[in-house]
Amino acid sequence: MFSYCTDPDTLDRIRWFSCYLTTGVHMNFYKSFGTVLLLLAVTAPVALAFGFIGAIAARSSILAISLLGRTYTAMVRGVPDIAYFLFFVIALDQALEWVKHRVVCPDWTEPVRQGANFLVCPAAKIPMGNAPQAIHEAYGFAIAVFTFAIVFGAFASNVLYGAMRSVPRAQLETAEAYGMTRRQSFWRILVPQMWVYALPGLSNLWMVLVKATPLLFLLGVEDIVYWARELGGTKTPRFTDYPHGDWRMWYFLGLLVFYLALTRVSEIGLERLMRRLTHGQATAGGDALRREGPA
Amino acid sequence: MKHLLLGTAALALTATMALAQDVVRMGTEGAYPPYNFINDAGEVDGFERELGDELCARAELTCEWVTNDWDSIIPNLTSGNYDTIIAGMSITEEREKVIDFTQNYYPPTASRYMALSDDADLEGGVVAAQTNTIQAGHVAETGATLLEFATPDETVAAVRSGEADAVFADSDFLLPIAEENDAGLKLVGEPVPLGGGIGLGLRESDTELKAKFDAAITSMKEDGSLNELLIKWFGEDTSTF
Repeated sequence: MFSYCTDPDTLDRIRWFSCYLTTGVHMNFYKSFGTVLLLLAVTAPVALAFGFIGAIAARSSILAISLLGRTYTAMVRGVPDIAYFLFFVIALDQALEWVKHRVVCPDWTEPVRQGANFLVCPAAKIPMGNAPQAIHEAYGFAIAVFTFAIVFGAFASNVLYGAMRSVPRAQLETAEAYGMTRRQSFWRILVPQMWVYALPGLSNLWMVLVKATPLLFLLGVEDIVYWARELGGTKTPRFTDYPHGDWRMWYFLGLLVFYLALTRVSEIGLERLMRRLTHGQATAGGDALRREGPA
Repeated sequence: MKHLLLGTAALALTATMALAQDVVRMGTEGAYPPYNFINDAGEVDGFERELGDELCARAELTCEWVTNDWDSIIPNLTSGNYDTIIAGMSITEEREKVIDFTQNYYPPTASRYMALSDDADLEGGVVAAQTNTIQAGHVAETGATLLEFATPDETVAAVRSGEADAVFADSDFLLPIAEENDAGLKLVGEPVPLGGGIGLGLRESDTELKAKFDAAITSMKEDGSLNELLIKWFGEDTSTF
């Protein structure tokens, strides 16, 4: 990175670290922080959407849809996250390839399953075998986001379902008295007011999601945990210009600080959001705001 | 989300059209110097990187390097995430049942114990080895208590911290560490010959690719360039073809 980095052995401590921390492999480490933040940024809204759909389904007056919504929550909530992650990533990948295989290679006669191998025709591989590495990584990441969203959507669905039932019945009765249809009272009265009841549960979920991001490593995405372990391991002088002992503790300490900082930022953000949502609500929090005087 | 997936699939399709020639994806671990490791620039480096690039050049293949955890390196080959395993994997009968190997590009060698003192109890003590390796299999058969780790680095760290009495691994992996002699680590006990050398792992259905790599390895053995590579990465004393 810097011009004086050509011979690290001769450098004083500060310069040595300035070179060491800017090697290509460290740049990959820093990029993986972006991967984690991107995962959070994409997964949270998608999971919320899944949760919302699940909650609406569970509330449905049509039995089949209601059952579907409830089964989704019950199934995902009951299975350990890790089991779900490992199962879903493989199953989803194979299901997609199998469907594509059926479409693009109808003449393929060999069985798809041959012992341990899952072999679809080359044209049905997702991503294609000769696609650049970036595509493979993007695909892996997309599968990971989808899996996270399915799992956390189930929890969000339960939270939102509860929140929808917590909105005072009097509010909906008033809406009906004004002649609103079911759909109108749902979107205009129920949904805007339910968030204040949902937020404590959702904020909890957000924190769990933040803590769950190291599972990315299990899904084959090179995330911060992978790089911390790789970089922290002992390095002998023959294979690197920057030999060092077992520094895993320091790297994991860095991760600890990162996650704690992320938690603190989230807490501040969620607190502000809660204050906004409480405003004018018929809850104890809303009452407290009213007593404080006009905002 | 559906759109994102479809979008990725579409992207993959268009990328295919742009790249007419076949790309062979080389799967490695990236944590087992000098065989394979991630260098300071963040790229795969080591004996197998240099060998793999040369084999691909001789077989006229375009190759791309991918890293994968050792633990899941065979399942990810069979499910098609990459096309070869080139990760210091010894040819054994058990693995032959699941995948195919090319002829060996690294002769059968010995595995060694490394410990902090000469009188470490190798037969009855705690011995660290990497999960799913022939070394782990060997330790399980001796009287020693096997302590398994996911990465090679962790097995050595366990000896440094005193968690294990010794580590059992390929001698070429342990040699550079013992030569460093930091914290007093040294090779102990007798070398144990294990495995049938190291080869490239391939899916059993990829017979054509296997033939190409076999031919390339033969040509490197014949003109002596493989021996040069072996000596370059493993030193003068290493066994050659």
